Amino acid sequence: MEEVIKLDNVGMRFNLSKEKVDSVKEYFIKFVKRELVFNEFWALKDVSFTVEKGDRVGILGLNGAGKSTLMKVIAGVFRPTEGTVTKHGVLAPMIELGAGFDKQYTGAENIFLYGAVLGHSRAFMQEKFDEIVEFSELQKFIDVPLKNYSSGMKARLGFSIATVVKPDILILDEVLSVGDAKFRKKSEKKIIDMMDTGVTVLFVSHNLDQVKRICNKAMILEQGRLLNYGSIDEIAPIYQEMVM
Amino acid sequence: MGAKIKEFKQYSNLFIELVRKGIKLKYRRSYLGVVWSMVEPLLTMIVLTIVFGTLLGHHGREFPVYILSGRLIYTLFSQSTTTALKSIRQNEGMIKKVYVPKYLYPLSGIVFNYILFLISLVVLALVSVVLRVWPTPRVLLAIVPLLNLFLLSVGVGMILATVGVFFRDMEYLWNVLLMLIMYTCAIFYYPGKILKSNVSWILKFNPLFCIITNFRNCVFGKQMSVHMLMYSFAFAVVCIILGSIVFNKNEDKFILYI
Repeated sequence: MEEVIKLDNVGMRFNLSKEKVDSVKEYFIKFVKRELVFNEFWALKDVSFTVEKGDRVGILGLNGAGKSTLMKVIAGVFRPTEGTVTKHGVLAPMIELGAGFDKQYTGAENIFLYGAVLGHSRAFMQEKFDEIVEFSELQKFIDVPLKNYSSGMKARLGFSIATVVKPDILILDEVLSVGDAKFRKKSEKKIIDMMDTGVTVLFVSHNLDQVKRICNKAMILEQGRLLNYGSIDEIAPIYQEMVM
Repeated sequence: MGAKIKEFKQYSNLFIELVRKGIKLKYRRSYLGVVWSMVEPLLTMIVLTIVFGTLLGHHGREFPVYILSGRLIYTLFSQSTTTALKSIRQNEGMIKKVYVPKYLYPLSGIVFNYILFLISLVVLALVSVVLRVWPTPRVLLAIVPLLNLFLLSVGVGMILATVGVFFRDMEYLWNVLLMLIMYTCAIFYYPGKILKSNVSWILKFNPLFCIITNFRNCVFGKQMSVHMLMYSFAFAVVCIILGSIVFNKNEDKFILYI
């Protein structure tokens, strides 16, 4: 099988300074008084795994386990403090209910903007425009600035754009948990349809049933470390016990 | 370097979208739209001409053109650098969710200001024609100081974009500095007297003054000062080198501070 994503000893460190210093004045005062304390925190540590083409991997773990950080490291938003991430193909990330939209732009304009982020030309997006709008069911709101959208609407729009052209890797971080039940079903179906085309999915969710339906593999994270990684049938009972 | 160029090609669509976004959002919900880019310099030119023309006794036909040409250049520099300074924070929403080469943000901000500037050059042409200040073939050379200005804005913009992420008050500090730069650019006075005095350095070492002077030379059909041109070009190149080093070294940390 072909490797699509490979993480090698990835670690991500944050500075949790007690007070955020973000002005020259403050920095200077703190520097003189020697109060620039840095409080280190490893959100991820020694994470290594590979994902093969066509795998749908569920990422499980309690709040604060490092799931979103892991997704951001894979998406390239964070550069890991140590270790390496290799990935092949076009990656469509949807993290924290959005896809890197501009709040002041309307839904329609954001379609072109996010399309460009994914590397598609304007002409190509024009072609797919109707399909995106139709799938998102946002016909009435497509000319409204995004700041007036609800979180469910943003997620719908993002999902519709990200999936209209088949990306090689799709990252879904809590995205399918916000839309209404109807849209959730529709998008689940879309992912399952896409599975035949060999799309690789990383799926973060707290909903184990949903993970079982979509994924063939799963991993459990705990305090930034990879606890288990294997087929969904193996991992699901372990996770169930954890949250009990 | 090769990889960087390849990456830029890959994201060139996005670059165009970002420039488009800047222009679109700037004039959203304004009736006059891009016309504002022409009305604003025209109004300031009129006021400055009346005030300083009367105060300093300059009544020549050339004086309004002199003011307008200086002010247009200065405005471009101040707006493009300020946009670059804010660019990373402004695009926070995107930076936090997708990977995009981060220099696209300050660069697209500078380019969009440059496009607006090119539109406002129409005003300069109109005013020149109305006041019968006819251009000579030398006006074509104006592209040299304008290119110089672009390089300077990119260099300074990259430095400011980096510093702006870590220190929020840089915005205010830069506003103060911009004001000082404006007074030492000889926008609404003739610099002759100062250049002969013992404080001439206050103008001569200001690269923007050198660019403005050479731009005016082109507009008025005079020869460019090679000396000033070399200085301002060298200054711009140093800024670009410094800016790219600083930006490259820190761009991975931006996300942790916005």
